[in-house]
Amino acid sequence: MAAGSSIDALGQFELHPVLGALGESLRFSQSPMMMIVAAIVVLAFLYVGMRPAAVVPGRLQSAAEMCYDFIYNMAVDTIGPEGRAFFPFVFTLFFFILAGNYLGLLPFSFAFTSHIAVTLALALMVFCLSIIVSLKVQGAKFFAHFMPAGAPKALAPLLIPIEILSFLSRPVSLSIRLFANMVAGHVMFDMFAAFTIMLAGLGFFGDIIAVGPVVINIALMALELLVGALQAYVFAILTCIYLREAVAH
Amino acid sequence: MARAVMYDNIRRAGTFLAPSALALPLMAMVAPGARAEGMPQLDFGNPYVIGQVIWGAGIFLVLYLLLSRSALPKVEKVLSLRRQTIETDLGIAHKAKTRADEAVADLHEARRKALADAQANVDKVVEEARLAAARQTEEMNARLATEIQDAETRIAQARGQALASVREISTTTAETLIHQLSGIAAPADFVTAKVGSAAAARGL
Repeated sequence: MAAGSSIDALGQFELHPVLGALGESLRFSQSPMMMIVAAIVVLAFLYVGMRPAAVVPGRLQSAAEMCYDFIYNMAVDTIGPEGRAFFPFVFTLFFFILAGNYLGLLPFSFAFTSHIAVTLALALMVFCLSIIVSLKVQGAKFFAHFMPAGAPKALAPLLIPIEILSFLSRPVSLSIRLFANMVAGHVMFDMFAAFTIMLAGLGFFGDIIAVGPVVINIALMALELLVGALQAYVFAILTCIYLREAVAH
Repeated sequence: MARAVMYDNIRRAGTFLAPSALALPLMAMVAPGARAEGMPQLDFGNPYVIGQVIWGAGIFLVLYLLLSRSALPKVEKVLSLRRQTIETDLGIAHKAKTRADEAVADLHEARRKALADAQANVDKVVEEARLAAARQTEEMNARLATEIQDAETRIAQARGQALASVREISTTTAETLIHQLSGIAAPADFVTAKVGSAAAARGL
């Protein structure tokens, strides 16, 4: 973080092996460890929440059911009736990202969504799924979408490459959006936390001024809570939109 | 004196603090000594960067399978059970309401019928009373008419008898008066003739 007068805001994103030599040999870093924690949290939330299975639900069961309804409605409303088939996938995606974003806000934790490799892998998974579904549902008609309906055929050499480029940019924008938001938030946290430590070294007045970055970090935490949920939602809703285009005849 | 020095120090600190506070976001971007050696996320030579993708794929797959095969169907089961319970209860409630509506309709019908029957009975009784009263009045009128007629007959008989006696009484009274006034006994035929003519003149 802060070493003397230098600030290493990106050091928090470095990956280190966990579980000693076993983790080293398995390439198991803190990132997959937090993925496992995120998966356990999501599963525990549903299993523990739904354990009473009461007709009149308690608080935790209500929360679990509300989450279920929220994603189900998102999938079905956006994709259409076919969205029921993709609901578990969208649910998994949303809560995997949400849990990853929120777990990353805990002290001594790690946000695996702040790694472009992870977000790109997720985005490519969505991208490939949408292509597979498109080819399965629409067949060769899928390629007709690259030529906008009603456009003059003379413009085809210009429009088709633009459309293909636009289509291929989907996983890039999807992954970079999530990655950049999470990185920016964590860098800001680190920077302001480093300011606090650096200012505290200036003596009495430094101690007073050091309160400023702490207050800013508190505000940033509220912002990051919002951003974490928003980015998970954006990722999930864009996935639904891509799948809607894929299932549309 | 000491207080003035303290205020002076605070003023100096304020002049230093205000711009520093305003410059905090700027400092975040251009902090001296901030390392810019590159982002660890883009160090694809690091085996852990790709390793996390492989691990992530496995973890995501396991999470997806557990959610889609176990956790989410459990939630769906509870939700569908609730929907079913609510629909069943609503069905029971609707049936109960239908029965209650029918009972209320039957009650209203019975009440309306009872009112109509009661009104008919009242009308019948009133009509019977009216007819009985009319019959009694008629009988009474008939009886009174008979009695009046009988009375009139008796009066007429009495009058006739009285009128029949008027000539005799008048004749006797006239003979008595003549005898008393003149001391002469008037001839009975003469008196009778005179009384008869006087009575005839008076229509008796």
